[in-house]
Amino acid sequence: MIIAERKPLEEIAAMAAPYKKVCVLGCNTCVGVCMAGGEKEAAETASLLRIHRKKENQEGEVDVFSIERQCEFEFIDEVLERLKSYDLIVSLACGVGVQTMIEHVQSLRVVPGLNTTSMGYPTEQGVWSERCLGCGDCVLHLTMGVCPITRCAKALLNGPCGGSAEGLCEVGEDIPCAWQLIHDRLSSFSRLGDLNEIQPPKDWSTSHHGGPRTTVREDVRIDRGE
Amino acid sequence: MIAGSNLEKVINSGNFVVTGELGPPKSSDITQLKHHAEEMKNHVDAYNITDNQTAIVRTSSIACGATLVQMGLEPIIQITVRDRNRICIQGDVLGAHALGIKNILCLSGDHQSFGNEQGSKGVYDIDSMQLLKGLQEMRDENHFIGGDELEAPISYYLGAVANPFADPFEYRVDRLEKKINAGASFIQTQCIFDVDRFEKWMEMVRERGLHKKAAIMGGVTPIKSLGAARYMKNNVSGITIPDELIDRLKGAEKKKEEGLNICIETIQRLQEIEGVAGVHIMAIAWEEIVPEIVERSGLYPRPKV
Repeated sequence: MIIAERKPLEEIAAMAAPYKKVCVLGCNTCVGVCMAGGEKEAAETASLLRIHRKKENQEGEVDVFSIERQCEFEFIDEVLERLKSYDLIVSLACGVGVQTMIEHVQSLRVVPGLNTTSMGYPTEQGVWSERCLGCGDCVLHLTMGVCPITRCAKALLNGPCGGSAEGLCEVGEDIPCAWQLIHDRLSSFSRLGDLNEIQPPKDWSTSHHGGPRTTVREDVRIDRGE
Repeated sequence: MIAGSNLEKVINSGNFVVTGELGPPKSSDITQLKHHAEEMKNHVDAYNITDNQTAIVRTSSIACGATLVQMGLEPIIQITVRDRNRICIQGDVLGAHALGIKNILCLSGDHQSFGNEQGSKGVYDIDSMQLLKGLQEMRDENHFIGGDELEAPISYYLGAVANPFADPFEYRVDRLEKKINAGASFIQTQCIFDVDRFEKWMEMVRERGLHKKAAIMGGVTPIKSLGAARYMKNNVSGITIPDELIDRLKGAEKKKEEGLNICIETIQRLQEIEGVAGVHIMAIAWEEIVPEIVERSGLYPRPKV
């Protein structure tokens, strides 16, 4: 899922300061599950914002509600009239949600209340770890299910660099060395020999480096012509 | 003969090869670097020039290398994959060749989070293995990584690094073999302080005959003080310093002299290990000591080949 965390309240308050009628809009899917921007977090953010604005003697009101997904037109449409009634929407969706809303309804003024961090999963309660960078050309079959593009700080494809020590990455003590993990899994399946093959340079054109990506599926498109 | 560099000639002659290291400054004033190069010119066969070492902005490796060429000395330019994509690296290699540089050492590079531009974007378009293979194919098959042909042939002597002290230990010889297969003719190792572990690694290297496929040079660093030893142990990526060595320095009256002795003893032990082709002396911030190290290790004069 998409992982995010809330921006500092001061930053949100500063973005909202010039506006009178403000709505904090939660998003109940990914960021709801990772406890950054769901219904509960939206209500909490709205009340903190109200207290902050009161202290600063700012006029206006802060409303709050949530929708299922800010990244789909159908869910936005259900509350469209209500959204149009605000001067500013503080979106607690990921960056995709913010952009879906302004592209769908050009007249809306939407600012991000979250910093979107990664695609990952909760490795334990309160800890979310990144697992995919969306490079567009998955290599997990070569690396025993451990992604070196995401989990190796240097995105190496041919084994661990000289900075791998006692299972940890040179970048930080809380980061496992992805290639140690791959090595251990290959070893447990008696496939260490796989590492001897030189993996060629990756074609990054399928990733963001090829420019912003659009996925087109002709088989599921609705023909909007005659 | 591949590129006809002095380094290659000394290696081929079977003499125990000696290389030094020069770290470019955080300014464009390279007077000091030139001075150090002059200082050790009769004591080393070639000089590594680091590439924005530890991710700190410095005068470029190729610019310093070209200066050495003008001085009649022989650089080994280091190229990391941290800061440049394949377009830039290949372009720089063409430029380096045009400037008379004949030796290239390929490495990943310390992560940008170690340096003085911690918010920078790491490139890592290719890894060190792909860099080696790419440059080998540029030289031997006359094409760029993307397949396009070079308009004129190019030649250089290619090297790589190995860290016998990194983990997983049992993989380190596999990795060396992979680098040799990818095109490395010479190998320089990370600083050796744990000679026992290095010997164990060399044993595995010999079992596979890898010392016959590439010249393995052991890396050494003279330790100037106890503080320097502790700093390297705790802060320099990829370096292990055994506690016994720290204790030995601690117990010594003259730390600097003891650090020097340890370095010379290590080089002497390296010369006894079958399959070790030479030594790479990294006396960063203590460059003036290199002639003494080389002389006291019995490696002076250097062969004229």
